[in-house]
Amino acid sequence: MHVAIEARGLGKSFGTVRAVDGLDLSIESGRIYGFLGPNGSGKSTTLRMLCGLLRPSAGEIRVLDYAIPAQSEALRRRMGYMTQSFSLYGDLSVAENLRFMATIYGLSGSVRRARIADLLQDLDLDALARQRAATLSGGQRQRLALAAATLHRPGLLLLDEPTSAVDPQSRRNFWEILFALSGEGTTILVSTHYMDEAERCHGLAILDAGRLAAEGSPRSLKADIGAAVIEVLADDPQAARRALVDLEQLDSMTRLGAAIRLLLDADADTALRAVRAALAGASVSARVTPTEASLEDVFVVATRKTKAA
Amino acid sequence: MGALTGSSRRILAIAGKEVWQLARDRLTFGMIVGIPLLQMALFGYAINTDVRHLHAGVANLSGSQRSLELVADAQASQVVDIVAQAGSAEALLDLMRRGRAQIGIYLPPDFDRRLAQGRTTAASLFVDGSDPIVLAAARGLAQLGVPAAGPAVFELRNFYNPERRTAVNIVPALMGVILTMTMVLFTSIAIVRERERGNLELLITTPVRTPELMLGKVLPYVGIGLIQVTLVLWAGRWLFAVPVNGSLLDVYLAALVFIVASLTLGLLISTFAQTQFQSMQLTFFVFLPSILLSGFMFPFDGMPQAARVIAEVLPLTHFIRLIRGIMLRAADIGDLQGDIRALGLFSVAALALAIARFRKRLD
Repeated sequence: MHVAIEARGLGKSFGTVRAVDGLDLSIESGRIYGFLGPNGSGKSTTLRMLCGLLRPSAGEIRVLDYAIPAQSEALRRRMGYMTQSFSLYGDLSVAENLRFMATIYGLSGSVRRARIADLLQDLDLDALARQRAATLSGGQRQRLALAAATLHRPGLLLLDEPTSAVDPQSRRNFWEILFALSGEGTTILVSTHYMDEAERCHGLAILDAGRLAAEGSPRSLKADIGAAVIEVLADDPQAARRALVDLEQLDSMTRLGAAIRLLLDADADTALRAVRAALAGASVSARVTPTEASLEDVFVVATRKTKAA
Repeated sequence: MGALTGSSRRILAIAGKEVWQLARDRLTFGMIVGIPLLQMALFGYAINTDVRHLHAGVANLSGSQRSLELVADAQASQVVDIVAQAGSAEALLDLMRRGRAQIGIYLPPDFDRRLAQGRTTAASLFVDGSDPIVLAAARGLAQLGVPAAGPAVFELRNFYNPERRTAVNIVPALMGVILTMTMVLFTSIAIVRERERGNLELLITTPVRTPELMLGKVLPYVGIGLIQVTLVLWAGRWLFAVPVNGSLLDVYLAALVFIVASLTLGLLISTFAQTQFQSMQLTFFVFLPSILLSGFMFPFDGMPQAARVIAEVLPLTHFIRLIRGIMLRAADIGDLQGDIRALGLFSVAALALAIARFRKRLD
């Protein structure tokens, strides 16, 4: 498989703050690759360094075989970028915005007309073509921004928290379009702090405080979590909580409705025994079942490890 | 050739987008027409160095026929309006101290006798000399009623402005002041607004080059500047009867060179300002010295050396020389090459600096 993005020892400091610290990345082309992390974890900074918007303080980057930031201008013809906040022109209509961006990307005449017509149809923006961008809903704006970023059929698409202002239905539609683009061979990099969005990526990097906390496909990350996940359904959740809070191997305890979800730094059997013993000791009756790890669990475990390191 | 057409297409795309946005921005559009007309009306009528109707107080202790005639003459000159009478020199000075009068006319009890003697001055003019323009007006008033003391040495001949109207001098220069304000402000804000709204973060990830972006942004404002020139010429003609003695083509050529210089200055400011408010502050930082030092308010040659050196850097100084030369003295643009060259040099330097300072990066 061909590698679209390669970064070695990538770092970026703003004054004394290390926003990104010693990041190694290798991303295969044609895949959807996600950066998952809380605000301030270095997702946007990394994306911006990969497309030459920020100069790295340390490390080397190659994107689509261009050395970045030296060859950023050449890369810009072959990449599309969606900024975190809407950055097209609110006082221009949907069609005017697309015509403008198409011309900037060097399209003209019948090619430009055809691309715009196709995108308007594919992204369900046909009926909105004459509407001013400022009056669009969050989901409509995202589709317009995506249309603008893909007008020139880029080989690489960078999306900085693309669906942060979008309802779940629009988010699902948006991802359908991303999968279609990926199917045509476009490499897509997306930053997010939504677990459901991260779940859809082929590959995932979990970032925490500028460091790579874990990397892999969502499936392998969950399989290799290295911790036990246990669900406790108790008659008296408060009592169960009190009984479990002092467990030695406990990583995290989360209430999910009536259930309590536990993350323990142990193998499944040991964890199960410890939980049952603690509940029995406090004479709390509960149903205790081992369960599959979620991406959120992976995230919790991974970020705890970087904090300990 | 392919690269060139791609480049010019991008410039036109940015310019076209700018025009669309302007056409939809009613406030800015109104300012393009409103600022020149409003400023013409304000400054054209208000700025008047040929002062009339200064408030004067009179202390006539003589009361003779000739003293009354002199006061009537002063009133008739329209330089002063007599607003108060006083019974003594002290009372007259008191009027001035309280700000009721800027000029005091004092006629002593023995006015007629002094006049007959002809050796000492017969009467006194008290002047609030803190305003030099009032002082100059009073000097003119002091000539009143004085019997010819022999032939004058100089005969003053007034060229280019025989009716001594300030508007003739102010209006052409006002064109420059208006263009400075609007052109510098519009361009600096036009770029900084894109930065504030996040448009620039997107634009710098596209293949658009910095010079293309800058040229595309300022191109529409060249047209707007020429519209403003036309407005000022038209209003100057109809409101103030300011003539265009030189060639109209030369007026537009000089204006075009000055507009370009102002636009590049706006671009340069935009590379320093992060917010529209900052670019407004920076614009006024340039605007104030432009008004005070360019020769718009005070004759250039009368200013101290240091002020003149600063003024030579300001585009408005050169434009005021050009436009007064062409409009009032019917000078040919060829006679004023030095100022054209100075504006050209300024534009090239400011544009080069702006392009060098603008980064297609966020850090």
